[in-house]
Amino acid sequence: MLTADHITKHYGHLCVINNLSLCIAKGEVVAIIGPSGSGKSTLLRCLNQLEKIDDGTIALDGMFLCRSAEGRAQYTQAAILRKITLRMGMVFQSYHLFPHMNVITNITDAPIHVKRMPAAKALKLGKELLERVGLSDKAQAYPHQLSGGQAQRVAIARALCMEPEILCFDEPTSALDPEITNEVLSVIRDLAKEQMTMLVVTHEMGFAREVSHRIIFMENGGIVEQGSPASVFSSANPRTRQFIGF
Amino acid sequence: MLIKFFNDPERLWKLVTLLTSGVGTTCAIFALTLLLSAPLGILAALARMSKHTAVRGPVIFYIYIMRSTPLMLQIVCFYYLLPQLLPFRANPFGTVIFAFVINYAAYFAEIFRGGIQAIPVGQREAGHVLGYERTQVFMRIILPQAIKNVMPAVTNEVITLVKDTALASTVAITEIMIIAKQQVSVSSSVEPFLLAMILYMILNGIAGQFCKLAEKRLGYY
Ligand SMILES: Nc1ncnc2c1ncn2[C@@H]1O[C@H](COP(=O)(O)OP(=O)(O)OP(=O)(O)O)[C@@H](O)[C@H]1O
Ligand SMILES: [Mg+2]
Repeated sequence: MLTADHITKHYGHLCVINNLSLCIAKGEVVAIIGPSGSGKSTLLRCLNQLEKIDDGTIALDGMFLCRSAEGRAQYTQAAILRKITLRMGMVFQSYHLFPHMNVITNITDAPIHVKRMPAAKALKLGKELLERVGLSDKAQAYPHQLSGGQAQRVAIARALCMEPEILCFDEPTSALDPEITNEVLSVIRDLAKEQMTMLVVTHEMGFAREVSHRIIFMENGGIVEQGSPASVFSSANPRTRQFIGF
Repeated sequence: MLIKFFNDPERLWKLVTLLTSGVGTTCAIFALTLLLSAPLGILAALARMSKHTAVRGPVIFYIYIMRSTPLMLQIVCFYYLLPQLLPFRANPFGTVIFAFVINYAAYFAEIFRGGIQAIPVGQREAGHVLGYERTQVFMRIILPQAIKNVMPAVTNEVITLVKDTALASTVAITEIMIIAKQQVSVSSSVEPFLLAMILYMILNGIAGQFCKLAEKRLGYY
């Protein structure tokens, strides 16, 4: 469904994504793990058009975001880029809820003003999603009145309200206390059960092992190893073993 | 000289009515300047932050001129220059408003730039991944938060503007200050000045209340 082919990204002279290829199938849950600075966030940001890659090809369902030509990534026209954006969602480590909107408006504003969904329909969908993440009673609250775990669940509901086909998470629980990490993880777990396609950068090894179909271990902007949780957790690769801590 | 009327209620009242006849013009200068310069300031702030040097450069220069030269000088300059530059007859009041607006827009530009830049990039990024277009990101996400950020600085500008309206007297606009000056010279007493002071204090009291109200209404989050 989502493919990245030989993508490369530099910050100045620093090569952050190094000739990386990746393919995610519909309904698949892929966990990305790796040490700090290995380029995990950058990879997600490139896939979500928050950064441009230098070289390589990225495509969603045969729609090309960019194609490699003459040693450079050539991005397509804005209309197609936008179409791709609308089919993808992203959840950030520090939520980035809109502080001036209450919870339900945070969730429904984009569906109404970006997707042109009728307001009543967006509201209904927004309320359903709030219920799904266990926050029905917070619809009128403002983000500063929420705990971290609640804020992150609202952020997930906000992304879901755009009805994306693939949802990316960048360390969704890293800003949270260990006790409330689980309330966010269980939402992601439920999404996995509903066959949502997801790409999750995480430090939660247990969670990655339990929920994902595939784990990708990244280092220095490349994929060191990938495979089923069972195979990665019993890897023979010394670097992988060292990182996972077996 | 000096204090002559305070035991003569009738003359005092006449003086008050004379001075208050300038309040309308003072308020007009104030309101027009605020209403026009604030949006213009937002546009200038955006141009000031443009990544194109051809856009940013001239705006930086414009802001520098406006902020580094006296407003009084700008007013007289435009008063004499504009009628010669424009093909149509520019009326004096319009010329003064023009000078006020482009001066205040420069200050507002810097204020809004600060207010916009203070917003975490994550807000813009969250907007982009949700599919908002660039103008939507600005209008729906950035600007509402920026307005809250700049409110204290805007309040300062509002109070300064109430006082700056007196500069219009340099080019014979009949507002409070000019009437006060005239009355001082006819009556050779300072009471008109004292009364003018009280008027400005009242006007600023009202303006300040409005600002406070606005800040309060923006304080919901
Ligand atoms: N905007 C930027 N400008 C310059 N360098 C950057 C920028 N963003 C990231 N980097 C660098 O790119 C490298 C990869 O960063 P990235 O954030 O993708 O790592 P990560 O795997 O997500 O790490 P972490 O686990 O700490 O979140 C790091 O060395 C980082 O310093
Ligand atoms: Mg990261």
